Amino acid sequence: MAEVEINSYTLNLGPQHPATHGVLRMILDLDGEVIERVDPHIGLLHRGTEKLIEYKTYLQALPYFDRLDYVAPMNQEHAFALATEKLLGCEVPERGQYIRVLYCEIGRILNHLLNITTHAMDVGAMTPVLWGFEEREKLMVFYERASGARLHAAYFRPGGVHQDLPDGLTDDIMAWTESFPQVLKDIETLVLENRIFKQRLVDIAVTTAEEALAWGFSGPMLRASGLAWDLRKSQPYEVYDRMDFDIPIGKHGDCYARFVLRLEEMRQSLRIIRQSIEEMPGGEVTSLDPKISPPKRAEMKHSMEALINHFKLYTEGYHVPEGEVYAAVEAPKGEFGVYLISDGSNKPYRCKIRAPGFAHLQASESLMKGHMLADAPAIIGAIDIVFGEVDR
Amino acid sequence: MADFFHTLGAPIRWIVETFLWLPEPFQYLLYIVALVLAIILPLLLAVAMLVYAERKIWAAMQMRRGPNVVGPFGLLQSFADGLKLFLKETVVPSGANKGIFLLAPVVTFSLALVAWAVIPFDAKLVLADLNVGVLYVFAISSLGVYGILMAGWASNSRYALLAAVRSAAQMVSYEVSIGFVLVTVMVWVGSLNLSDIVEAQAGGFWNWHIFSHLPMAVIFFISALAETNRTPFDLPEAEAELVAGYQVEYSSMAFALFWLGEYANIILMCALTSLLFFGGWHSPIPGFMETIPFTDWSAGWLWFFWKIFAFFFLFGWIKATLPRYRYDQLMRLGWKVFLPISLFAVVFYAGLALALGKI
Repeated sequence: MAEVEINSYTLNLGPQHPATHGVLRMILDLDGEVIERVDPHIGLLHRGTEKLIEYKTYLQALPYFDRLDYVAPMNQEHAFALATEKLLGCEVPERGQYIRVLYCEIGRILNHLLNITTHAMDVGAMTPVLWGFEEREKLMVFYERASGARLHAAYFRPGGVHQDLPDGLTDDIMAWTESFPQVLKDIETLVLENRIFKQRLVDIAVTTAEEALAWGFSGPMLRASGLAWDLRKSQPYEVYDRMDFDIPIGKHGDCYARFVLRLEEMRQSLRIIRQSIEEMPGGEVTSLDPKISPPKRAEMKHSMEALINHFKLYTEGYHVPEGEVYAAVEAPKGEFGVYLISDGSNKPYRCKIRAPGFAHLQASESLMKGHMLADAPAIIGAIDIVFGEVDR
Repeated sequence: MADFFHTLGAPIRWIVETFLWLPEPFQYLLYIVALVLAIILPLLLAVAMLVYAERKIWAAMQMRRGPNVVGPFGLLQSFADGLKLFLKETVVPSGANKGIFLLAPVVTFSLALVAWAVIPFDAKLVLADLNVGVLYVFAISSLGVYGILMAGWASNSRYALLAAVRSAAQMVSYEVSIGFVLVTVMVWVGSLNLSDIVEAQAGGFWNWHIFSHLPMAVIFFISALAETNRTPFDLPEAEAELVAGYQVEYSSMAFALFWLGEYANIILMCALTSLLFFGGWHSPIPGFMETIPFTDWSAGWLWFFWKIFAFFFLFGWIKATLPRYRYDQLMRLGWKVFLPISLFAVVFYAGLALALGKI
């Protein structure tokens, strides 16, 4: 009998596909339902952010970071602000640091809330996402009350944060931290112990700690494999060293571990939020160095020098001493780093962005191979990619 | 048949009598058409309203409002959707097999309606009182897979094809266990006639088959979910991986026909569950609300309706709550769990029926 070669079934998943979380395009080779090869194509959301930043002053470059991982914008700004501050050698007042920690953790909850609920939707549970968005909406309002924008905040700026929190906001956030655990619990009771949900996620895309390190994983993807690596603990920035919180880790490194881990991280974030509000001191929120921070608005009304200072800061910007620096934060998705080279001018010479999603996505073939087609969306959900930061 | 005619009341009788001058065969034809319409029109209306009801049920479970703009409380939403679909262009993808592509929704839709011919709405209120009613329904619902296969094949889309293959495998697998569940009921009652099966459950809810056949009823209901491609077995239209499955290339009325057929099938499965296991048109307590209050009209069809609605609610509830099975897990459940249980049950219930002198 002649040998017949059967070609595998090639399926083009995306870029316009509801489960690819944006504009991921994957060429899948299927043997029946089993995935034999995954070829992720990226770049459909490429905007040249890194190059654009080279043509902007440091302050003008900042809003680009909101547009990277637009699910938790302030965490990205944070990395850039930290890098610039390191080069400038400027200190952020304590209140500013607390506000940053507070909003970083709100950003973490924003991200995880979106991720776990859409992850549940990827395996077919359609209710959690609507419950989660209700809470995300409240967090967006907290963003808006602090920065004036729901999404593209541009709130963390080199030197501190843009402006102080309005009266009553911390009380409202505090009240929200009391009500939020119930929502988490509701989502948990709906999916966590559900047999179908477990069958869909347990033992899917198992990654050992070594593999996770080799692929350059960070954040929940690394911790789900059992490595307690968290930049907030290992190299604390801002006032994280004063916060009392735990780093949850997973055991199996499968999609279920990642899901549960993110749920637990939200609880830890709530703890940090409460602490940062309780311990938040008074005082300035941004550096008083007139070379970096603009003068107060009231001052500009009667001081010519203040007006000139303001004008210079927002047109020419500040000159940053020559040097290069890498600053990383524990963004919700993992280690988000900014490598900044300054040539002493008012614009960065080079700004390299290390996005965690990119490192996670490159492992997609090793994660998906041998699993079934229906697992592909579940795995994409678990690796938590947002194309704003992958494509940049 | 005559009873049905009388129940429908004066308007239809008047219409039919207007045509008494026609030759005998034509009269009979008209009579049948009138009866068919008397079932199909309320059925399609029920589909529209149940879709609305289901969306409201989901909305309540997801803490949102649901349709509330078109008409009072959004009641006309389904009609607005239907009108919108009706006015859209039917897009036939290039490379599609046009004939089969357009035939597929027609097949799905008509098969979903045809099955209703043997469903008794009340005592003697049935279009065709077949003595093999159960087999008829079973055969029709097995044919339902053709609509999906044709749609998936003719669409010339990889998503649709994959969905059609999944769907065919799924429906065939679950039909096996549905078949055996039906056998247990048929053996118990000693008849294939749906009216007889319901009559065997007369005299109060303790006579319903749900108590004697509890595991079978559960298997039947779950298989019905699989048979109608609903959560957690909605793999053929899994939007997370296959976008919309076999209907991905359909638009306009072709899509609407699929949609109507799908819901008509869901209601059919709800109806079958209540006929086989929940006493059909019988009131749960003998003598309680057997007629509509203050009249002597039978309330059987109302009981039947409420039972259907209860199962429909369950369908909606399940969809709002459960994630979706993976293909291999679905097959495992069908072949390795349901099939052995229902096979054993056939032997068990046959033996029990023999021991109790039912056969």
